[in-house]
Amino acid sequence: MLRYILKRLLHGLITVWFIATATFIAMHAVPGDPLSGEKAMTPEIRRNLEAKYGLDKPVVEQYRIFLVNMAKGDFGISYTQQNREVNDIIREGFPVSATLGILAVVFAALGGILLGALTATYRNRLPDVVIMFLVILGISVPSFVFAALGQLALVKINAWTGFTLFPVAGWGTVMHMVVPSLVLGLGTMAYLTRLMRSSMLEVTNTDYVRTARSKGLPPARIFLKHQLRNAILPVVTVLGPAIAAITTGGFVVELVFAIPGLGRYFVQAVQQLDYTVIMGTTVFYGAFLVLMVIVVDIVYGLIDPRVRLKA
Amino acid sequence: MGLGAVVAFVGLLFVLGWLAGKTGGGEVAGDGVDEQAGSITLAYPFEPPQLDSTRATDVSSSFVLGHVMEGLLRLDEHGAIAPGVAERWEIDPHQAVFHLRATALWSDGKPVTAQDFVFGWRKVVDPATASEYAFIMYAVKNAEAISKGEMPPDTLGVRALDDHTLQVEFQQPVAYFDKLATFKTYYPIRQDFYESRSGRYGADAEDLVFNGPFTLARWVHGARLRFEKNQTYWNRDTIRLNAVDIPYITTDSAAVMNLYKDDKVAMVGASLGLDPEQLKEVLVQRWPMERFNEGAIFFLEFNHRDGRLTENLHLRKAIQLVFDPGELVNQVIKLPGYLPGQSLFPVWLRGADGLFRQEYPASPPKLDVAAAREHLELARKELGLETWPPISLLCDDRPLTSRITEYLQARLKEELGLEVRIDRQIFKQRLAKMTAGEFDIVMAGWSPDFDDPMTFGDLFASWNLNNRGRYEGAELDRQVRIAMGSLDPKTRMDAFGKVQSLLIDEAVIVPMYERGQVFVRNPQLQGVVRRVVGTDPDFTHAYLGSP
Repeated sequence: MLRYILKRLLHGLITVWFIATATFIAMHAVPGDPLSGEKAMTPEIRRNLEAKYGLDKPVVEQYRIFLVNMAKGDFGISYTQQNREVNDIIREGFPVSATLGILAVVFAALGGILLGALTATYRNRLPDVVIMFLVILGISVPSFVFAALGQLALVKINAWTGFTLFPVAGWGTVMHMVVPSLVLGLGTMAYLTRLMRSSMLEVTNTDYVRTARSKGLPPARIFLKHQLRNAILPVVTVLGPAIAAITTGGFVVELVFAIPGLGRYFVQAVQQLDYTVIMGTTVFYGAFLVLMVIVVDIVYGLIDPRVRLKA
Repeated sequence: MGLGAVVAFVGLLFVLGWLAGKTGGGEVAGDGVDEQAGSITLAYPFEPPQLDSTRATDVSSSFVLGHVMEGLLRLDEHGAIAPGVAERWEIDPHQAVFHLRATALWSDGKPVTAQDFVFGWRKVVDPATASEYAFIMYAVKNAEAISKGEMPPDTLGVRALDDHTLQVEFQQPVAYFDKLATFKTYYPIRQDFYESRSGRYGADAEDLVFNGPFTLARWVHGARLRFEKNQTYWNRDTIRLNAVDIPYITTDSAAVMNLYKDDKVAMVGASLGLDPEQLKEVLVQRWPMERFNEGAIFFLEFNHRDGRLTENLHLRKAIQLVFDPGELVNQVIKLPGYLPGQSLFPVWLRGADGLFRQEYPASPPKLDVAAAREHLELARKELGLETWPPISLLCDDRPLTSRITEYLQARLKEELGLEVRIDRQIFKQRLAKMTAGEFDIVMAGWSPDFDDPMTFGDLFASWNLNNRGRYEGAELDRQVRIAMGSLDPKTRMDAFGKVQSLLIDEAVIVPMYERGQVFVRNPQLQGVVRRVVGTDPDFTHAYLGSP
């Protein structure tokens, strides 16, 4: 087990290095210049800035410096936020995105498993048809539409009831999180519902479920012990990448609800060619994704006794 | 299992609540207008990259610094020069002397002294600071040489004669130094405080000390900015708002509109203006709108480099003659607040006595398709072309831009038979292509730094780095030099008047529009000042009252 984890971590490190290198090359290949602004700079001011960020050195040397600093966990200082370290930006932004993301995943997983089981149980009957229709909506409608609709609904509800239970935007209390995280988790919830439905249907027709039924076990027990536990496996598989995707992909939701997450820095950095922030956030997100996949594989082994973790 | 799940879920909520408080600033935002507390709540699209005034460049930094800092002079509600830290001043062609008031204090109670200005200004021109706005201090003696690393920073022509007297020597006579003295780059910085922050000055609220009407009481990055009345400010009795709270930082204008409807913010479109979608909503709700000319001018800039088609005057004339800014603004842009562009110099600029554009009216040529075709034919012969190759139009990727480029494309095709190839680029890539000269025509714009025609006037001088089309005109250069070397308002304005005519006659650029915006304000919030240059919007003397 330990050897397996170590080996996976080593592979993960190589993946992260690869992500970092590819991003570094792509970033430098993009036309444009991180120091340029709407107003032109005198050559001397430009030289002063280049020296400050080490851009006066050859690219290979810049890459070497980047790798050495990355190994030390230091991504340098942002180009746009001139005296903030990239590490500070991640430290402040990520917990917000992660909090929002965790809640969204909780919503998505609970909702997806529940609704998926429900549709499988009522296969081809009214609840199934209605839920599956909503699922298709959930998968095909992008999150910014849900975000805008959700916010508009809040305005109407607040105006109608006369008090604010869920704030329209902002951050700071649990109430601020509920609607944005629902919106953020909706797509994943729809996807998980579909996945859960098909894997549930598969399980329902297996021999051991039929055996359990013929033994006369109570339906609730069959459902929880025999069906759910087996059907949930594929869901767990996608949950890891989904956690990473949700925690890192909340840019639009963060924008609409004015949430100070890492998403906006990530997107803005690319637009602004803020080299250090691009590298910092990409490597961080990459590492996070790799880690999540490893965690899921380990959890998989715990849930499913058939899976042995071997190096 | 049931009980366990409930306990786990409740536990999770507690953890989330704690995390939210930890990360978001904790406090709950108030209403848009709170008369009891004397405070207002706003949304703002960006947070400042940092708040060290020596390196600040963007509008969000101007907005925040303008509320929490004060220079020697400030702008009053009409945009006129007013005393700031300096209560009296004398400016002559060679030097200026500022007499600082004894009552000016920093927010920690220490006095604001002449040395604080000397320290701040030296930081600006010090090459180690790498300030992008160092050029705005080139009026001060030796500033340029210091910025180039040819002289040490302590040779800058600014001296503290005593704690309350500041003497500034000029590199050359400058007609608008009083206006420069209101600019953020000229704000004071206190040496002992700056050095105590070990390189983090301006990075966070606690890395700043304030001498303006407000203090920056909170700054949660990406989440919240909060100004509170500065109890040590010398003119505190005239400040009526106790707090300006900005707990929403987002560029999503629909979100801000929703917040306004929910009474959570006091203004919509306070910085960027309303976009067309929000405008419809405002019209439906019948809220009173306010218009504001942002002060920026947008134009088509031709590439004058050797070998470019647009180097040819007749081609430029032909394009100029089929372009109608009035039609563009009224039929294509269709947003209130926009004005058709007639000159590089916008309508709000002051001239010798009144407004510059009233003293020197711009006379752009009238729409004339026949004359345009004649010019085009002349151009074709001069260039020795059989047929016209496509003309490249470099532009940004905003939605409004594509409406304008489509209009231009259609105009030039219909009237002149010219093919326009649109080159849409995101911000940084457009800048790279502009600088490299990879365009025939570029959609460009310019916003002012200070309220003098010079902020636009020298833009197309051959030595100006922002002259991206590389226009070189001996006569234009001569007029700009006259305006730079003179202190006489009439002489200077005459020179700018000639620059204005030259730009039209030579078709150096084709003005498109002056950008405007529309915003909505809670009627209880009064005394908000919108400014073309400096702190905008300015809540310094805002107050709450019944409309």
